[in-house]
Amino acid sequence: MRAPHEIILETLTLRHGQVAAVFGVTGSFPPGSLTAIVGPNGAGKTTLLHALVGLHKVFTGRIYRGDLGRADIALLPQASQLDRSFPLTCLETVAMGHWGRVGPWRAVAPAQIAASRRALGEVGLEALAANPIGRLSAGQFQRVLVARLLVQDAPVLLLDEPFNAVDASTAQLIEGLILRWHEEGRTVIAVLHDMDLVRRLFPTTLLLAKVQVDWGPTERVLSAANRDQARAFSDQWSMPPWTDGAAPPAAAVRAQGDAVVPSAARSGAA
Amino acid sequence: MEDLLFGPFALGFMRRALAGCLALSVAGPPLGVILVLRRMSLMSDVLQHGVLPGLALGYAAFGLSLWAMGLGGLAAGLTIALLAGFLTRATAGREDSQLAGVYLIALALGVAIISQGRGIDLTHLLFGSVMGVDTASLFAMATVATVVVPALALIWRPLVIESFDPLFLAANGGRGGLWHLAFLALVVLCVVSGFMALGTLMAVGLIMLPAIAARHWAGSLAGQVRVAVGLAVLASVAGLLLSFHRDIPAGPAIVLTAGGLWALGLAVGPHHSALARLNL
Repeated sequence: MRAPHEIILETLTLRHGQVAAVFGVTGSFPPGSLTAIVGPNGAGKTTLLHALVGLHKVFTGRIYRGDLGRADIALLPQASQLDRSFPLTCLETVAMGHWGRVGPWRAVAPAQIAASRRALGEVGLEALAANPIGRLSAGQFQRVLVARLLVQDAPVLLLDEPFNAVDASTAQLIEGLILRWHEEGRTVIAVLHDMDLVRRLFPTTLLLAKVQVDWGPTERVLSAANRDQARAFSDQWSMPPWTDGAAPPAAAVRAQGDAVVPSAARSGAA
Repeated sequence: MEDLLFGPFALGFMRRALAGCLALSVAGPPLGVILVLRRMSLMSDVLQHGVLPGLALGYAAFGLSLWAMGLGGLAAGLTIALLAGFLTRATAGREDSQLAGVYLIALALGVAIISQGRGIDLTHLLFGSVMGVDTASLFAMATVATVVVPALALIWRPLVIESFDPLFLAANGGRGGLWHLAFLALVVLCVVSGFMALGTLMAVGLIMLPAIAARHWAGSLAGQVRVAVGLAVLASVAGLLLSFHRDIPAGPAIVLTAGGLWALGLAVGPHHSALARLNL
């Protein structure tokens, strides 16, 4: 008896080629939940986000998405991954958000153009609709991507480092939108680095270090002990055997995975 | 002056060559714009060399038949495109050397096969000849252009989205690989259709150079496509005249003209040019 829109992970393991990226993550994102994913660099946070939206193949374990369809899970990508010299205007970029409704061939209706303009207005860029994205600052470009997310209007929103390299007012705007989405009952999952922000905004946190260190209420998850453990794991995988492309010490990862199962069980019970 | 500019086109073969190049000028440069945006300029190199063994095999099997050589080139081009795509995925970040390996072998193989035959001029095949455009190959070029332009229009939206943000399209179930393959097939079609007039090594020049130059003349995507087609038409006319008057093969003449237009854009164009940088 799963509630609609719940996303459940069952001992999910993801790989990049031969290297383990995420190992044995178990837990759930209930509908309307607001979850931060934190962890050291290379902890598999982005990979996990990509797997949730179907961009990364599941190696073992399962992701249950209930009755969520493709268009119901929207991703805010890392802005730095996109080519900002691409000859598109702000409005064209935002209008991409209608893809799920118009597909490759249906015309974009005037109402959909208007909705795109409104979304640009919500992020304070209505005056720049016809501007090429190449002329935007990093913060403005992030706002355009957020406007595209608004147009997608999905019940589940995945944000990949939304506060990276943005100015203070853009950060404030995104913070306000996250709270609004939460009030609207949308599920919001964000990869973040700023622990103060996580504590302030996110009731639930998943601490990831390839393995699931802890997943539950933010205060408990971000305890000093948990964070020390995450750091210890990351020190292990930055040792030579992890970085030179050799086979992963799978046995070591498995041992760590077993060690943190109790915390996974705790979050399941929560 | 009139003789210099219009005289040559009083000749039948020059008119056919012009019509063929104009067809390729309408179909090719929009593909080039996408190739540039997708950072796949190297892929165009691979394809231009890749079609050669196919053309050569078609020739070896059936003689100087447009259909045999065209279909052979098409098959070889598509095979190379798939192989290159596979190598790109399989080698994770080392694709440039793999692709270079593929096209060097393809070129050598093509030249080796052709040199076994008699009665075909390697120079004409590689670099084109205005005399090579007979009525049949003119119709072939026109047909390809007629197919490529609407086909590109059909896949335009997903192709542009996938070029800008492949994750977005994939996350929305947009089947990026499918559009990519359809696009590569159109590029192969264009390269193969251009070989009679421009030669296999030069056909890509008329596809790529106007597209590279267009970046300096227009800011919007639609603007770049329009400018690229315009520059290609200009390069075709001027290049064919150069070829006629100075007795240079048509392919290099047209490509050099297009290259000149690119250099001009690089120097004084309104976008990303030396002049624009000085004004900043």
